[in-house]
Amino acid sequence: MSLKNKLHVLKEKYKSTKFAPAFNALHTFLYLPNETTHGGTHVKAADDLKRTMNTVIMAMIPCLIFGMFNAGYQHNLAVGDIQAVSSGFFSSEFWTLANFTVGFWKILPLVIVSYGVGLGIEFLFAIIKKHEVEEGYLVTGMLVPLIVPIDIPLWMLAVAVAFGVVIGKEVFGGTGMNILNPALTIRAFLFFAYPTWMSGDKVWVEGAVERTNEIAAGANLDAISGETILGSLAQGKEFAYSTADMFLGFIPGSVGETSTLLILLGGLFLIFTKIGSWRIMLSSALGAIVMGLIFNQVVDAGVIGEGSKFYGLMNTPFWHHLLIGGFAFGTVFMATDPVTASQTNKGKWIYGFLIGLISILIRVFNPAYPEGVMLAILLMNVFAPTIDHYVVQGNVKKRMKRLKAKVA
Amino acid sequence: MSNDIKIKKGLNIKLKGEAEKTVEQAVISKYCTVRPEDFHSVIPKLVAKEGTKLKAGETIFYDKSNEAVKFVSPVSGTVIEVVRGPKRRVDAIKIEVDSEQVYLDNGKFDVDAANPGMVKAHFLASGCWPFIKQRPYDVVANPAKTPKAIFISGYASAPLAADLDFTLTGKEAELQAAVTALGKLTEGKIHVSVGANSNSPLAGLTGVTLHKVLGPHPAGNVGTLINKVDPVNKGEVVWTVNAQDLVIIGELLLTGKFNAERVVALAGSEIEKPRYFKTKIGSEVATMVYDKGIAQGANARVISGNVLSGKQVKPDGALDYYSNVITVIPEGDDYDFFGWNKPVFNKVSTSRALTFSWLNPKKEYNLDTNTNGEHRAFVVTGGYEEVFPLDIYPLQVLKACMYKDLDEMEALGMYEVAPEDFALTEFVCVSKQPHQKIIREGLDLMLKEIG
Repeated sequence: MSLKNKLHVLKEKYKSTKFAPAFNALHTFLYLPNETTHGGTHVKAADDLKRTMNTVIMAMIPCLIFGMFNAGYQHNLAVGDIQAVSSGFFSSEFWTLANFTVGFWKILPLVIVSYGVGLGIEFLFAIIKKHEVEEGYLVTGMLVPLIVPIDIPLWMLAVAVAFGVVIGKEVFGGTGMNILNPALTIRAFLFFAYPTWMSGDKVWVEGAVERTNEIAAGANLDAISGETILGSLAQGKEFAYSTADMFLGFIPGSVGETSTLLILLGGLFLIFTKIGSWRIMLSSALGAIVMGLIFNQVVDAGVIGEGSKFYGLMNTPFWHHLLIGGFAFGTVFMATDPVTASQTNKGKWIYGFLIGLISILIRVFNPAYPEGVMLAILLMNVFAPTIDHYVVQGNVKKRMKRLKAKVA
Repeated sequence: MSNDIKIKKGLNIKLKGEAEKTVEQAVISKYCTVRPEDFHSVIPKLVAKEGTKLKAGETIFYDKSNEAVKFVSPVSGTVIEVVRGPKRRVDAIKIEVDSEQVYLDNGKFDVDAANPGMVKAHFLASGCWPFIKQRPYDVVANPAKTPKAIFISGYASAPLAADLDFTLTGKEAELQAAVTALGKLTEGKIHVSVGANSNSPLAGLTGVTLHKVLGPHPAGNVGTLINKVDPVNKGEVVWTVNAQDLVIIGELLLTGKFNAERVVALAGSEIEKPRYFKTKIGSEVATMVYDKGIAQGANARVISGNVLSGKQVKPDGALDYYSNVITVIPEGDDYDFFGWNKPVFNKVSTSRALTFSWLNPKKEYNLDTNTNGEHRAFVVTGGYEEVFPLDIYPLQVLKACMYKDLDEMEALGMYEVAPEDFALTEFVCVSKQPHQKIIREGLDLMLKEIG
C-alpha cells in the first residue's frame, strides 16, 4: 500500500476524533487534500493559503541566510578575528564558513523555538476549538527570529511567542481575525518586558553580553560592542559604516533586517507573485521620504541646531532612513500582512503612507529607542479598520447619492 | 454617448472542450424532470398529481405565495413521480414523455395591439413568467412590480458557455416578438448586450438599447451590464431574461405553443466530441452525454450550467430550467503530493506564486473539481477586486452577509448583485470560501426581512 493510501486510511480513522485537526495539518503538509467542490464554483484556482504563506517564506529565506553570515561576521569583526568587508556584496571576508557557523548555531535555535512554541500553541488551540490548523503562523514563525537581537535568551523568546500567539491572535479567533500583527506583538512584548535585551550597544553582536559579564567577573578581555547606526545617530556618535554597508547589510541589527538589498529583492518577488501589496510598500517608502525631507528642511532652516539631541537623526539624509534600521524589513514583510493591514486598495495607500511617516517620526523623536517602524505598524494596525471604514463609506455615499438623484 | 461597455477587471478561464459549432437533434428523452429548486424561493403548490396527463404548456404547479405565477410542463406526458425531500418538500416532478407531443394552445398573441396588462396576463397564464427574473434578490420576478428597465445579455463570457451568436441564429422573429412584448412591461428601456466583435441576431432588434461589451468574463454577465448601465437602487426593480429563453417566449407569442426546445452546448474536457444539441428543458442529460461523450468508467462530474455557477447533476439527472450548457469535467478527488508548494503549470491562477498560468494566457486548461486547498478564514486581500468589475467592495459585502448586518448589506450594494456575480471571486479565493452561497444566503435573509 502506498504512502498516499496509508495516510488516507489513517485520515478516515482519525476523522471526527479530537486529533483530526492535528493529523490533518501534518497530512495536508504532505499532500494537497482530495477535497472536491460542492455547490458554488466547480473549479477553483490553484492558490491556497499554504501556497501564499510559502511564497512569503521563500521571500524571507535570503534574509535568513544573510542573517546567519552577518551574525558571524559581526561577532568575528568585533573580537578582531577578521577585517571589515572591502569589496562589495560578495566580499570574501563576509561569506566564510566561519561566519556562517557562528550565525547558524545561534539562529537555528531561535527558529526552532519560534516554530516549536508557536505551532505547538496553534495545534493546541485547533484541537480545543475543533478547527483546522491555519497557516498564518508559518510566516509569523519565520518573521520572529529575523526581528530579534541575536543574543536574545531563548526562554524570553518562548515566553514572548506564547504571549504573541495567544493574546495577539488566538483570543481574537485565530488566523484572519487578529487586529495586531502577531510577529510585532511578540517583538513589542520583548521590547517592553525585557528592554535591556532589546536595545543598547550590547545585544546586536553575538557574544557581547557574555563578554561584558566575563569582564565584570574579572576576566582580562577587551569588551566588544556593536551599536546600530540608529543608536549612533541618536547619540550623535560617529559610526564607521558606509552607505554601501547599510544597503548591503554589513551592519549590526536584528537578525534578518540588515540587508536592504535582499529585503528589496524579497519585496520585488512578493510584488511579482502578487502576494505582497505593492501599494503598501510603495506608499510606506513615500511616507518615510516625505517625513525625512521634512526633518532635513527643519535642519536646513536652522530650527534645530547641532546641539539638539535630535540633530543626528534629523540631519540624516532622507533617503538613508530607508536603508537603516528595520524600516525596509517592516515595510516589506510586516506592514503588508493582509489581515492587519487595510483591506481596500485606496486604504492601503493611506495606511502605508502613514506607516512610513510615523516610523520616521517616532525614530527621530525617541532617542532612547531609536526605531519607529514596529510601533508605527502596530499603531496603524489599530487604525486600519477605521481607514477602510471611510474608504468604504465613499462607495456607500456614491450609492446614496445615486438614489437621491433618482428620487429628486 | 457611447453605449459600449469596456471592462478590464475579470478573468477568462480557458478550458478544454469547447463545443464545436454543429447542432444535433438529441435523442428524445424518455423522462422530463422539473425541479422547483431551479426557481429560488418559490414554494410550489402542485396542480398535477401522480398520474395526471399533461400537454406541453399545461400547469404543473404554481407559486404558493403568488398564485398567478404558473410553472408549466415542458413536454406532454404523464406525471409518474413526485419526488419529495424532508418535510414533504417537492424536490422534483418526473414526467414520462409521450411519443407524440401535444401542445396546449394559448392562441396567437397580437403583441402590437396588446396593452401592458394583457401582456402580463398572457405571460403569467402561459407559463412564460418564470423566465423573467428580477433584481434585487435574483428570483422569479414579482408581477406586482414594474421594473425600471429590463436587461438581457447576449454575450456569454463564462468558461465553455454556449455561444449565443450561434444558438440564436435564425430566431430573429421570435426574439423580436419577445422583446416587443417585454417592452410593454417596463417604463424604461430594454438593455441588450452583445459581444464587441459578434454578429449576434440580437443586434438587429428594434425597441432595444444595444450595448457592445468588451473585456474578460464577467463582461457577459447580466449583473455587469446592470451595474455599468443602470444600477439597482433601493426600492427599484429590474428584470433580467436569458437570451435563449426569449426564443421560447417569442414562439409562444407567435404560435401559441409553449415549445421548451433550446439549443444546448455539450462541453468540457471529458467529452469526446463537444457539440451543440437541440433538446428540451428537463431532458435527461444521459440523452446527450454518452454518445461520443464521456468515456466508459470515467470519473467525471456532469454540470447543468457552466463550471462557475452550474449545478452538479447525477448522470440520470436533467437539464435545469435556465441552463443552455452541460459541462463535463474530471472529478479531482485525489491527493497531490506536495501540491501546495510545488510549481504548478496545469492549473489556472491569478497570482504568480509558483503558478505559471500567467506565462501562457491563451492555453486551454483541463481543470478538475479539486478545491486545491482547504477552507480557511478570509486572509488575503486585494485579489477579489482584480476579477470583480462591479462598483462594489466584494470582501466587505461578503463579510456583511456573514455577520448578517442588513443595513450594511443594503448600503454596500446587495440589491444589485446575484450569486453568479461572485463566481469569479469564489474561483480565485485563496481561503476557498463559498462566496456564491454566502451571497445567496444574504439575499434570502434580505428577502425575508425586507422583502
